[in-house]
Amino acid sequence: MIESIWSWIVQPLTYGFMQRGLVASILVGTVCAVIGAFIVLRGMAFFGDALSHTILPGVAVGYLVSGGAQGSLFWWALGTAIVSALGIGMISKKSQLREDTSIGIVFAGMFALGIALISTVRSYAVDLSHFLFGDVLGVSVQSLITILIFGAVVLVAIWAFYKQLVVVSFDPLLAATLRLPVKFLNNLLLILIAITVAVSLQIVGVALMVAMLVTPAATAFLLTKRLPRMMLLAAISAVLSSIIGLYVSFYLSISSGSAVVLICTLFFVVTWVVQSLRGKRSSR
Amino acid sequence: MTHPLKHDLNQPILDVAHVNFKFGEHVALDDITFHLHTGERVAVVGPNGAGKSTLFKVIAGILHADSGDVNVFGFESGKHDCIAYIPQRSVVDWHFPVNVFDVVMMGRTAMLKPFVIPGKQHQAAVRQALEKVGMQDLAARQISQLSGGQQQRMFIARALAQEANLMLMDEPLTGLDDPAQEDLLKLMEKLEQDKVTIMAATHDLDQAAQHFNRIFLLNRHLIRFGKAKDVLTAENLKIAYGGRLRLMEDGKSVMALDHSCCEGGEE
Ligand SMILES: Nc1ncnc2c1ncn2[C@@H]1O[C@H](COP(=O)(O)OP(=O)(O)O)[C@@H](O)[C@H]1O
Ligand SMILES: [Mg+2]
Repeated sequence: MIESIWSWIVQPLTYGFMQRGLVASILVGTVCAVIGAFIVLRGMAFFGDALSHTILPGVAVGYLVSGGAQGSLFWWALGTAIVSALGIGMISKKSQLREDTSIGIVFAGMFALGIALISTVRSYAVDLSHFLFGDVLGVSVQSLITILIFGAVVLVAIWAFYKQLVVVSFDPLLAATLRLPVKFLNNLLLILIAITVAVSLQIVGVALMVAMLVTPAATAFLLTKRLPRMMLLAAISAVLSSIIGLYVSFYLSISSGSAVVLICTLFFVVTWVVQSLRGKRSSR
Repeated sequence: MTHPLKHDLNQPILDVAHVNFKFGEHVALDDITFHLHTGERVAVVGPNGAGKSTLFKVIAGILHADSGDVNVFGFESGKHDCIAYIPQRSVVDWHFPVNVFDVVMMGRTAMLKPFVIPGKQHQAAVRQALEKVGMQDLAARQISQLSGGQQQRMFIARALAQEANLMLMDEPLTGLDDPAQEDLLKLMEKLEQDKVTIMAATHDLDQAAQHFNRIFLLNRHLIRFGKAKDVLTAENLKIAYGGRLRLMEDGKSVMALDHSCCEGGEE
């Protein structure tokens, strides 16, 4: 009995693609969860969703130019993500329309452009679905190293500027009166989100990215009232979801990205139900 | 003194000269000129939309005047970090996952080193600030669990931790019950020992008259700035409030009635 459970757990790990996929999704899940805490607290979920869709044309150009090599796609994704993040940040300040309207227009337009570009290639369907939904089981050692380096950049930057980022997020007017570099900090956060999106592209794809950015952090928000603990719990929830999701995907042959996101969502729903039941009991 | 910018203590703590501010075409502040002495408590009074919040933000250097000068201790205000703006409680996100200690520590952010947890010296400063406002026992309390008066005192502690010389309080008394208002007014008086200068926006003319050294009557332009008896005349109030004011001549009290409704009444 124990042996069969053991082999159930170990068997997938005999495949190199599963090992790499697991490590990659644990890394990406952690980075998304930590920066996701800021995204949730600042109400930037729509921005995150828009940003991940907006990078598609850049990725598409990279795909056409390079013939689909994983290594160069990351750089195209990163470049487009940073330009789009700062661009969207500017639109939301300057535009006369409501911020969400202008972001919506740009995001849908760019997304359509990306799909149009990719569809010029004859055998596009498979590759397109990888961009949209991720291809965690196709991660190479090279991409793993890229994910590790850039994921670390994001985490270290958050660690370094943690106190200032908290102040601009909680009370921008205090940040201004303390003469903190408010513009720099806001742009820094946008760039860190952009890097996270680029790093996550291969793991979850553009369509489901927002779930990794928002759901584990939202689950953690329900569980604690201290920010560092919220980041920790978000990371734990994301890592568990990644592991469970990949096993589910392996054994039930479900698309891996959607399996991970579904487990994240399940965690959120369960937490939410338990917390509201508890809330009812204690308020009685 | 940890403040990076020099202070010329012979200069007034705040010197505002011919300040104008527009939101687009809309004039919010029109040629404001005045100065404050160290340790004063000033009540800023005027109807909704009079420009009280805008004035505070311009003084704090959060918004930049279209023309005119704002100097603090003889130097341009936008560079000082000794000015605290204490927001209206209604604009704060009370569900942000921080506790009282965290928020007060935010006042010291400009002095903190990257990467490390704030050292002993900063922790002590935060504890001292909490003690001053009588909240040492609530340091670990989540901010959504505070009463209105406690929320307001927490922000004053944060301003103390910031080592602010000038505190600009945006409607600190609005929405508090009477005992909490009394506590807060006493605390403001106590801050005089620390040479803290206070400007507080308020709607209660009686309180303004009783608890503040001078009254600043504002409606886009400065109508009158001085002692209560000179400022709160029927004539001045009519200029400030127009038809929206009812003078309740029941002996002494005058009330600006258009404010009875406005917890969070930003338009
Ligand atoms: N961000 C803004 N954009 C445009 N107009 C504004 C803005 N903030 C305030 N105003 C306008 O400026 C005037 C002064 O506002 P405010 O300083 O908030 O007044 P008060 O604090 O005395 O109620 C009001 O007419 C208000 O509508
Ligand atoms: Mg106001």
